[in-house]
Amino acid sequence: MEQEILLSAKNLRTWFELRRMVFARIGFVRAVDGVSFELRRGEAIAIVGESGCGKSTLARTILGLHPPTDGEMTFAGEPLIARNRRVPRWYRREVGYIQQDPYGALLPFMNVRRILCEPLIVHGIKDPREQDQRIRAVLEAVKLTPVEEYQDKFPHMLSGGQQQRVVIARAKILNPQLLVADEPVSMLDASVRVEILQLLRALQQTHGLSVIYITHDLSTVRHFAERIMVMYGGKIIEQAKVADLIDDTRHPYTKALLTAISDPDPANTEKFKTIPAGEPPSLLHPPPGCRFHPRCDHRIEGLCDVDEPPEFEPTPGHRVACWLERAS
Amino acid sequence: MTDNGSLQLRNLRLYFRTSAGVVQAVDDVSLTLPRGDTLAVVGESGCGKTSLARAVLRLLPRNVHTYSGQVWLNGVNVMELSDERFRERIRWAEMAFVSQAAMNSLNPVMRVGDQVIEPVLLQDKKVSREQALGQARETFRQVGVPSDFLTRYAFELSGGMRQRVVIAMALLTRPDLVVLDEPTSALDVLTQANIMNVLKRIKHEHDTSFILITHDIAISSELADWVGVMYAGQLVEFAPSRHLYLDPLQPYSKRLMASVPSLRKDKKLEFISGQPPSLINPPTGCRFSARCESSHDRCAAEPPFVDVGDGRLVKCWLFA
Repeated sequence: MEQEILLSAKNLRTWFELRRMVFARIGFVRAVDGVSFELRRGEAIAIVGESGCGKSTLARTILGLHPPTDGEMTFAGEPLIARNRRVPRWYRREVGYIQQDPYGALLPFMNVRRILCEPLIVHGIKDPREQDQRIRAVLEAVKLTPVEEYQDKFPHMLSGGQQQRVVIARAKILNPQLLVADEPVSMLDASVRVEILQLLRALQQTHGLSVIYITHDLSTVRHFAERIMVMYGGKIIEQAKVADLIDDTRHPYTKALLTAISDPDPANTEKFKTIPAGEPPSLLHPPPGCRFHPRCDHRIEGLCDVDEPPEFEPTPGHRVACWLERAS
Repeated sequence: MTDNGSLQLRNLRLYFRTSAGVVQAVDDVSLTLPRGDTLAVVGESGCGKTSLARAVLRLLPRNVHTYSGQVWLNGVNVMELSDERFRERIRWAEMAFVSQAAMNSLNPVMRVGDQVIEPVLLQDKKVSREQALGQARETFRQVGVPSDFLTRYAFELSGGMRQRVVIAMALLTRPDLVVLDEPTSALDVLTQANIMNVLKRIKHEHDTSFILITHDIAISSELADWVGVMYAGQLVEFAPSRHLYLDPLQPYSKRLMASVPSLRKDKKLEFISGQPPSLINPPTGCRFSARCESSHDRCAAEPPFVDVGDGRLVKCWLFA
């Protein structure tokens, strides 16, 4: 019994124009370049990739903060992108954004109550009793209790973990159906990190939320998401259920990424890792064909460096954009 | 009191003066690191890891309140040397430092080559520029930087390459001890793994000791022979890595290890509720006791640093 699809993206592109001296166009930074995926209701999906692969731009496109250059998005069956390339206002109530750096995301001169009031005011909830009720409910949901104690505090009076809870509370206060968390724990310490991820997981499960979790840290994904999408050079190169992706890795880049991640083990000091040399591709001048081919040990000359690989589906639900899969 | 060729810290303290009071950033740290071995210092932010590195290298800010204890390197207590002597004989020559975000510390208007040979030229006036550049070329090869990068500027290099350059600079003077403060935390996973490969190779080929300071426990296991866990300015556990990663003893180390996510194993992750104490007027007795499940009456007194055998030292009353 598959859940219905909440958000779907088809061939999404977000390009940024690069100009020199205002007029001369140099080209486009193809931050998101042809991304298609589907997110089901109540599902947590992780987008994994290195810095500069376009994952944050994808998040901001999903949130409607960057108008996409091309492509389609639908939310609960409704088309999202109108002719003016902007998302409709109702959609903004349906998505919550959890930023990476909690301290930077909270205005220092507003107390917690005021911070949480902002989205309510913007979306026309002006009744003080309802505001009060919602703030209390959401602070209890993120376990900042007793509420009286926390609602008058300013961000600098809170620890990093508590600040991140306020950010989560703000994303949650309009009761959205989708949360987009962009590296929600990368600024936090190991012990707090787990606490915040478990809180997000609990919110997702008790309220049936869908979550898009963006991270460069694959090791947390297993504990947090049902499905992983791996991004490289503005494209999704592999997507599958977490266990399928980790146990049956197909794409050479995903393999490298998994090799690079260590588990704490004293035996590591004796092992050398095989890591592809080179750097991620420029998004301004991406290589032709497969974007990973210059670093790939398995590339097929005359194919990988010429034609872009389509998505193959070796097992149901496991999609890989790699020519090595064409036999299957 | 020391055997030759190891690093020993005895009762090392580094306190800072601030407007709010005295911050006890490093409080009574003692340990012995055998020659050629690597120590990973792990702990959460604000636990005093970086201050420990700075105390060992005597790279102090102006607001020092207390700086005391002993640092023995190759049989010499370097704490007794004057600043001038320390700069001439120890810094760079015997101990080098790769600071946090070191890749951004390269001088933007100097060629990379001229920059990395600076410590060599300053340390030994007899070495010519050409000789030094020759050494630099060799060290660049070891860390995997093409030697024509010597004539480039920092902005022409990627983050990973710049980080390698800074590591090469620290190795160039053949120091006995290299302190690496979060050497890979600003880099991508693949670059991180590449740099760890480089450091591992250098560790196997040379007799250099490393102190690796990091909050990333998984990364620390790539290099560590010994692990020191710091909490609130104190060393709470010091043990060979084969014990610490698999079977930590001190309650804080246990909880810290339990919070490390694993990619390959299904394990239940735990977090530590509460927050570490302020380093200004920290609580007396065990600093972790307020968050500790096994805390009892004795924890009101300062726990001893107990030797439980097999090279393992634990600061906890449970083992006294």
